[in-house]
Amino acid sequence: MNTTSTHFVPPRRFEIYETTLSPVSMWEESFKNNGGIYTPNSIIIPTNAKPDSLSEDTSHGTPHKFDQEASTSRHPDKTQRRLAQNREAARKSRLRKKAYVQQLETSRLKLIHLEQELDRVRQQGFYEGNRVDTNALGFSDKMSSGIVAFEMEYGHWVEEQNRQISELRTVLHGQVSDVELRLLVDNAMKHYFQLFRMKSAAAKIDVFYIMSGMWKTSAERFFLWIGGFRPSELLKVLLPHFDPLMDQQVLDVCNLRQSCQQAEDAVSQGMEKLQHTLADSVAAGNLGEGSYIPQITCAMERLEALVSFVNQADHLRHETLQQMHRILTTRQAARGLLALGEYFQRLRALSSSWATRQREPT
Amino acid sequence: MDKVMRMSSEKGVVIFTKSSCCLCYAVQILFRDLRVQPTIHEIDNDPDCREIEKALLRIGCSTAVPAVFVGGKLVGSTNEVMSLHLSGSLVPLIKPYQSLLYQAN
Repeated sequence: MNTTSTHFVPPRRFEIYETTLSPVSMWEESFKNNGGIYTPNSIIIPTNAKPDSLSEDTSHGTPHKFDQEASTSRHPDKTQRRLAQNREAARKSRLRKKAYVQQLETSRLKLIHLEQELDRVRQQGFYEGNRVDTNALGFSDKMSSGIVAFEMEYGHWVEEQNRQISELRTVLHGQVSDVELRLLVDNAMKHYFQLFRMKSAAAKIDVFYIMSGMWKTSAERFFLWIGGFRPSELLKVLLPHFDPLMDQQVLDVCNLRQSCQQAEDAVSQGMEKLQHTLADSVAAGNLGEGSYIPQITCAMERLEALVSFVNQADHLRHETLQQMHRILTTRQAARGLLALGEYFQRLRALSSSWATRQREPT
Repeated sequence: MDKVMRMSSEKGVVIFTKSSCCLCYAVQILFRDLRVQPTIHEIDNDPDCREIEKALLRIGCSTAVPAVFVGGKLVGSTNEVMSLHLSGSLVPLIKPYQSLLYQAN
């Protein structure tokens, strides 16, 4: 069939891709007219093989076929050069691929090795049968299942906290009824109280864990006061967001700030006394004799008090939040809770940024 | 218990403590800051220590020590004292017993 019909004449250059065209005549004609067709890095061959003289042997790759065609072209030099370039390009491509594959292999082996090491370390760090899926801080001590559970619960708590903050933010930017706002405020308050309950249970299991704020991010831990935030700090963060305040509110807030500071100071001094008595117990008797069981026993009894201090600190936080809720209007409370929530979010973000900064080479 | 009743009915602010109890110490510091000089009964040196402890718990104190009484009436332990203070209700309660001369820092 004669396909070079008069009503459709495709550009010369594209004829080589057309499989319905007669391959031989088109191929040769293209060469004659264009001086060869430039196909970067690859050779396009018409899929309908020539009936006779085209080589069926494809094992040598595309340049070989081209050779046979080129020998009949008008510009053997250009063709030769192009063929050489293609060969070189193909060779380089194969080398690059080889290097890449080798790199992949190495990385794969490294990954397997790291995974094995990680498993080993994890096994060493646990009582039998317990596993931790995620731990933001990493750990070196043995962790009891109760603390593992607390960490997981805390992860959920933070997620819910973030969700509540977003909701408050959205709602306060638009129109919202006092009723709906009160519901959000009550939920936010309950959410904080839930955390204090969680901490109380965890403190019974491992009070040092709670005292050190191990579940918090580094920036949060910088501000740690007996296992959590300072109630007076809370008031300082929130106050600017309550304007305007009515006269009675100003008075109430002022009184709350003062009583909060006094309560905090009293508990702080109690903590100091505990530290002193603990140090005295540990250092009692002859230091250097090598036997100190009585001192350890006595110190253990002193440490029992630490749990009640953590509980008392959380009680102060609880009561401070409660009093703020009482003094403020619903709308003010909502703004305050949003501010507080975002304050802690920023501290967490600061921790991440700082950690990233420290890993960069100087 | 008679002893407890007698001791707690003393005038002013009365606190039952133990020498080893650091939260008791914290409560004492708080009253000192409020310019109050409470009467302290350290029960661990008392031969009836255990009886006193039981009596205090029976009266309704959440923990035996510290047990705070104002004007003969039980206020409670650390939790109750702190809650009262943060709500602003503690100062009116102890006002009659606040010293003008004893100044806290």
